[in-house]
Parts: sequence; C-alpha cells; structure tokens
Amino acid sequence: MIELRNVSKWFGGLPALQDVSFCMEPGRITALIGPNGAGKSTLINCISGVDRAQSGSIRLAHHPVEALPAHKIAALGVARTFQNLKLFARLSVLDNVLTGLTVAAERSFTVSMLRLPALRHQERQLRLRALEALDDFGLAKKAHWPASSLSYGEKKRVEMARAFVSDPLLVLLDEPVAGLNTEETTQIARHIRRQRNAGHTMLLVEHDMELVMDVADQVVVLDSGRCIACGKPAAIRSNPMVLEAYLGRMEATA
Amino acid sequence: MSGFQDLLQFVFAGVTSGAIYALIALGFCVVHNTIGIVNFAQVDFVSLGGMFLFTGLFWGGLPMALALPGAVAGVTLVGIVVERLGVRPSRSQNHLVLIFLTIGISIILRGIMKLVWGKNRMAVPPLAGEEPLRIAGAAILPQAVAILIITAIAIGLLVIFFRGTRLGLCMRAVASNQTAASVVGIPVGHVKAASFALAGGLGGLAGVLVTPITTLSYDVGVLLGLKGFAAAILGGFGSFPGAVLGGVMLGLLESLSAGYWSSAYKDVAAFVVLLFVLFVRPKGLLGK
Amino acid sequence: MMTAKDNLFYFIYLHRTGLTVLALSVLLLVWPLLESNPYNLGLSNLIAIYAIVVLGLNLFIGYAGQISLGHAAFFAIGAYGSAIGTTTLGGPAWPVMIVVALAVSLVALAVGLPALKLSGHYLAMATLGFNIVVYSILVQWDHVTGGPSGFSGIPYLSIGSVVFDNEIAFHYLVWTVAMIALLLCLNLVRSGVGRGLAALAEDETAAAALGVDTRRAKVKVFILSAVLASVAGSLFAHCYAFVSPDSFNIFVSVDFVIMVVVGGMGSIWGTLFGTALITLLPEWIEALESYKDIIHGLILVLILLFLPQGLVTGIVDAVRTRIALSHHD
Repeated sequence: MIELRNVSKWFGGLPALQDVSFCMEPGRITALIGPNGAGKSTLINCISGVDRAQSGSIRLAHHPVEALPAHKIAALGVARTFQNLKLFARLSVLDNVLTGLTVAAERSFTVSMLRLPALRHQERQLRLRALEALDDFGLAKKAHWPASSLSYGEKKRVEMARAFVSDPLLVLLDEPVAGLNTEETTQIARHIRRQRNAGHTMLLVEHDMELVMDVADQVVVLDSGRCIACGKPAAIRSNPMVLEAYLGRMEATA
Repeated sequence: MSGFQDLLQFVFAGVTSGAIYALIALGFCVVHNTIGIVNFAQVDFVSLGGMFLFTGLFWGGLPMALALPGAVAGVTLVGIVVERLGVRPSRSQNHLVLIFLTIGISIILRGIMKLVWGKNRMAVPPLAGEEPLRIAGAAILPQAVAILIITAIAIGLLVIFFRGTRLGLCMRAVASNQTAASVVGIPVGHVKAASFALAGGLGGLAGVLVTPITTLSYDVGVLLGLKGFAAAILGGFGSFPGAVLGGVMLGLLESLSAGYWSSAYKDVAAFVVLLFVLFVRPKGLLGK
Repeated sequence: MMTAKDNLFYFIYLHRTGLTVLALSVLLLVWPLLESNPYNLGLSNLIAIYAIVVLGLNLFIGYAGQISLGHAAFFAIGAYGSAIGTTTLGGPAWPVMIVVALAVSLVALAVGLPALKLSGHYLAMATLGFNIVVYSILVQWDHVTGGPSGFSGIPYLSIGSVVFDNEIAFHYLVWTVAMIALLLCLNLVRSGVGRGLAALAEDETAAAALGVDTRRAKVKVFILSAVLASVAGSLFAHCYAFVSPDSFNIFVSVDFVIMVVVGGMGSIWGTLFGTALITLLPEWIEALESYKDIIHGLILVLILLFLPQGLVTGIVDAVRTRIALSHHD
C-alpha cells in the first residue's frame, strides 16, 4: 500500500508538483501519464528519494518516506529504472544486476576484506539470484559481457532485471520502452505483466498509450504538476479533462 | 607610531602579493569559464614568465622595456600551444581525466624548464631600482609599487576586453553556453585557444612581476600558483571580481598572520584559510 | 560429465584470485635467492612500500571515483608518527605503528567528512591544501620533526629475536604486508561493497537509488586508503631509519596518482604494475635523469589522452570485449 498525499514541489518559483494525491494498491500496476513537463519524472524522483518534495507525505506501507535519502528508501524496498538508463558501463552485465542486491549484501568493509566464509556463501547466493533474474529477462547468456557492449533494448532489460532482482516492495519504471521498437516493446510488456503476476507493485511512467492501456490496473494523469484524473484505464481514455490536457497542448503548438 | 607603521607595512606587502595572486586567479578563471576545466599548468605559466624575462635580459641582451612584454608574449604563445597539443586532443569528458591531464602537462612544462634553465635559483632584476621607498613611514619596494600599478592596469584592460571587444564577448558567450555559441557561428576552437592564451599572458605577467622579489626557479610558480588557485576559490571560483577580491584578501590574511603570528607558518595560514573556506562555504565570497 | 582436466580448470577459474596471489607470493618468497644485489632488492622494497599506498589510493580514486592529490600527507604522518613515537618517545615499534594508524584514521575522518562533500577541483584543492599544511608543519616544527634536514636514528622493526635490518629482511617484511594489503583490496573489490564503490564512481545518483550510502562509502574508502598509507609510512621509516620532508611533498602525492593512472584506475593488479613502472623508470633511463619529469608527465598525458582507463584496465577490457564478441559469432 503506497500512499501519496498533497505532494508538492517548487523549482524556484515554478511549481513542479501541486497537491498530488493518489494510492497504489499492492500487486497492481499504476501508470503515471501526462504531457511533457507535467511533473512525472519529478514525482518519481521524489518517491525514490533522488529528489525531495517540499510538502505533503509519501507513505510506503504506512512508513513515511518523503524526508528520507535515496539509499534509505532503497533499503525499504523501492527499486527503479531510469529514463536515460543508468547502467554501469565498467561492470559486467551480471555485476550490474548484482548492484540491485546492494541492500541484501554485506556492508561491512572489514568482513568483505577478510572474505569470511559467511560472505563467500552470501556472494554465491546473490550470484544465483542475479543469474535467475537475468534469465527471467532472457539475458543469462550475456551475463559476463561488459554492460557497454549490449544493444539499447538489452540494456533496458538489464536495468529491469536489476530493479526486480531484490524482490522489491515497489518498482518505479521510468519510461521502460522509450526508444524501443514494437517488438521490443511487446517483449517488455510481457515482462511487466509477468512481474505483476508474481505479485510486484509497480508505478509505470510512460508515453506509450498502448502499453499503458494494456498493462495498467490504474491510471493517474498529471498536468502541470496537478493530478487531474485517477481511475481505470478505460475511464481515463474517455475522460474529457485528460483529452484536453493532451489536445490542448497540441493546439497551442499548432 | 611603530604599531601603525608595522600594520601599514604588512598591508602593503599583503596587497602586493594579493595582486599577484589575483592575476593568477584570473588566469584560472578564464580557462575554467570558457573550457570548464581547472588548468593546473597555470602555475607553470608563472614560472615561465620569469624564465622568459631572464632569457630576454641575459641571453638576448634586451632592455627591460622589451624583455618584459616579450616574456609575457612568450608565455601567451606557450598557452596556445598547451591548449592545442595537450587539451584539445582529449577524447574524454571525464572530470578526473581532465584534471589529471593538466597536471601531467604541468609536470612536462616543469621538466622542460628544468632541462633548459637548470635546477638552480636565478635572480632577475627589478623594474625600477632596489631602494625601498618610504610611504607614511612604511617601507615598500619600487617593484611592489610597479606590481600594484601594472596589475591595476591589467585588470582594467581585462574589463575593457570582456565588455568591449568582439573576442571578449565571444569568450563570455562560450563561457555561458558553448553549444549556443557555436550555433550562432562563434568559432569555439579559436575562443578556447584564446582563453589559454589569455591565461598564459596573465600567468606570465604575474611571473615577470613577482620573480624579481622572490627568487626564480623552475618551480617558483607552484606555491604561488596554488595560492592563486586558493584565492580564486576564496573569492568564488569562476567569478572575476571574486578572483581579484580573493587575491587581495588572501594576500592580506597571509601577510598579517606572518607579521602578527609567525612568518614560518605563512603557508600553513594560507592553506588553512583555504580548507576553512572549502569546508564551510565552498562557493567562496562572491561565488554563484 | 566433467573430466578431471575440466575439473582442474574450473577449480583454477573459481579460485583464480587466490591462486594468483599465491603464485606471486611464492615468487616473492624465492626472489632474494635469485636477486642478491642489495640495490635492486632495495628498489623492489620501495615498490612494495609505495604499492601499499597506491593500493589504497586506487580504491579511492579508481574505485570510488574521487580525487586525492595529498596522500603523501598520510604517508608522512605514518612515517613521522612512527619515527617520533619510537625514537623521541621511546615506544615499542609495532604498537606505535598501530596507534599512529588509528590516529591517521581519525585525521582522515576529520578531514574527509567535510572534504568529501566536495568533488572535482574543489576536492583536489582540499587534498592539496591538506598536504601543503602537513608538509609545512614537518618543515617548520623542527624541534619535533627535525625540520628540513630530517629525522634520523629510527630503530629497526623486530619480531622476537629477528631484527629487520637488511634489504633481505626488509623484503620479507614489506612484501608480506603488501601481499596482505593486496589480498584485502582484491577481496573488497569482489564483494558487494566493491560493486557499490564502482557504482558510486560511475553514477552517484544511481548508486544511491540502489541503496549505497554514498557519503559514508566515500568517507570509509578515504579512511581505509589513509590507514594503508600510514602503515606504509611506518614501514618506510623503520626500513630507512631516516625520514625527511622531501619524501612527503605534493609532488610525491602526484607521483602516487600517476602510479594509479598508469596501472589503471580501478584495477588492483594494475596498481602493482603502475607502481613498479614509475618507481623503476628513473633507473632504466639513468642517462636521461634530467628528462625524468618530462617523461613522467608525458606518460601521464599520453595515457590520459589515448587510454584513460590506464594500461592494465585498458588491455584487460580490450581482451574481454574481444572474447565476448568472438563468442557471439
């Protein structure tokens, strides 16, 4: 159960988010849509701790997270992908996915340097989990490749594997199919549906309406930082305010 | 009133070294603003200024009136060469790489200086005589007066350059937004070369002015240059007025602490101030 | 069904790190029997001491992606701390070394907490400034440190009745410590902590979003690298029985950085290579001693321009990519 209430943020004098409120049911996919500049990225950044909301509350299973730094929110079980891909080019594909298990891994410098048997055992377990996650996304064969050598679509999948490997409470997907062709998009949609069936809760930011209508259980629409609609995909599709938000924009640029 | 005379003396000394730090700090700022890197080789531009002056006077037999501007021109040329050969070919935008790159260039320049001019300390004559003048009872070297006057003129020229000349405006444009500048047709490559040239000129000028007072050697610029860098940070890195203010303030802080506390720990004082600024307010006094 | 040979190869692959360290250790064990010239042994001992510093520095610069142009300061505190502690204060060498290392960790914490909020040239300047302050104190506080003429009469280290007072004894002493440091760093790099540091170096935002406490990690690595430098400094003092400020100025700090860059930022094995290369260079080009600086600088510049990941990392990466691509066809 993830709850946002009156979340607001300003950049200087410009309001990026104004009183955004909605809930996410566990095990369901909530899609966050809206025209460019609506505040979707800002909202995702606030939820994941990369940015901080100036007012309002964000609760994760009743735990307030709006004031926590990113790494503490990750420790609570929030994972995310990034719109512009943030893979670690220097590391192998497997190591990239392993970084998704940072929260589960040993943190002590001393224990790590001494490589005690318990650590070695943990490393083996983590590696198995990472390989499984890669297999889920069809990339087990490339586990030891340098991450920089993969295609764009494959990199997007590695980022998703990295997000899901820790079995998180909430996964934030920031435009997971941006820049992908139809076939790759269908593939990702399949992965997303599979993860939902496995019980994962997801917040999906996307521009691809087909994907949104296809996988979302709930759609939240942002426009100029405000939440203008929230409901089932079919209802949103025919909502006049939503249409105006998108079409209105198009008229202005025509 | 000996106390007042002492204070005045320290103030003179402080403002004088402050002027030198200001020139060096300006050199750092110019390159940082247009190219976005910290050019550690700036410290060697200072040493080279002194070296070229020495060469002009003693190997070329030139009079000071020619040797001084000649030396500054020489370092300006070196700046252009450094940019062309050392900085431009870099394919990496990685911050770490660029910082270490200019450090490497600095080491090379020092090595060349060691090779050409040797490791020994040398002496360069001052501009206008060695007898200290007396102003309000405090002693001040004529060279120091020259430093203050010439630095003030240089700063004035710099302001005119950036406000009034086409190249200066181009440099400000590139500093503000490189992509936009190139889109409107500003030759960014030339501007970058010009920034290094300007940095070289400023460093060289600092060198020719200060080495008659300190001694001259291949590494004289290192400590001076690092203090100039510290001055730039103190004033707000990237800000021109900040560089001047930071220079003067650092010079005064150093001189007053040397006079009233301990001259042995002069360097410690300067860098403890720097650490303090970095830890408490890295933006500096006038930084954005 | 895996054959015995397959099993052997798999075992080697699985334990390749430990086995390489073992192989290197065996080589080092017999080295003094092969190389009896004390001058050369002295060189390899210096390499070991510097390698301990550079291992830590590489973790900080190469792995965590930070900058330090002042590590000679920690090297100095270790050296002078041991020197003063054992000579002026007459304390026992090994406990003094440990106490000094602990003190250095506190200094690193005090300096690191505020300094590591900075990055780029601000951090570079902070570490440079720290080095200059320490160096100036070494030079000026002469009644404690001996000033520019240095501090002599430092006792040798000993374990029981074995006194480490000649190049061969030094060899076993310093290389044992270096191998331990190497193993510890290799282990760190291969762990979750190491991956966290690598992530931190490449993209702090992503690392934080994955759960890496970036501020804490930076400070911890900084402290670790400072402690390693301190231990190396103590060994340096006890081996040469003499220390002077010239071994600890900012140019030495820059040399350490060159060793990191040459070997490869982030490559632990590269550290050994880079340290050895830079230390031995003046020996090989003896005739060109006056060109030493130019060559140092040129190496640094050329590597940064054309192979910024350093020699070892660059070659390893090229080989890895080639292997991966060849499997693809």
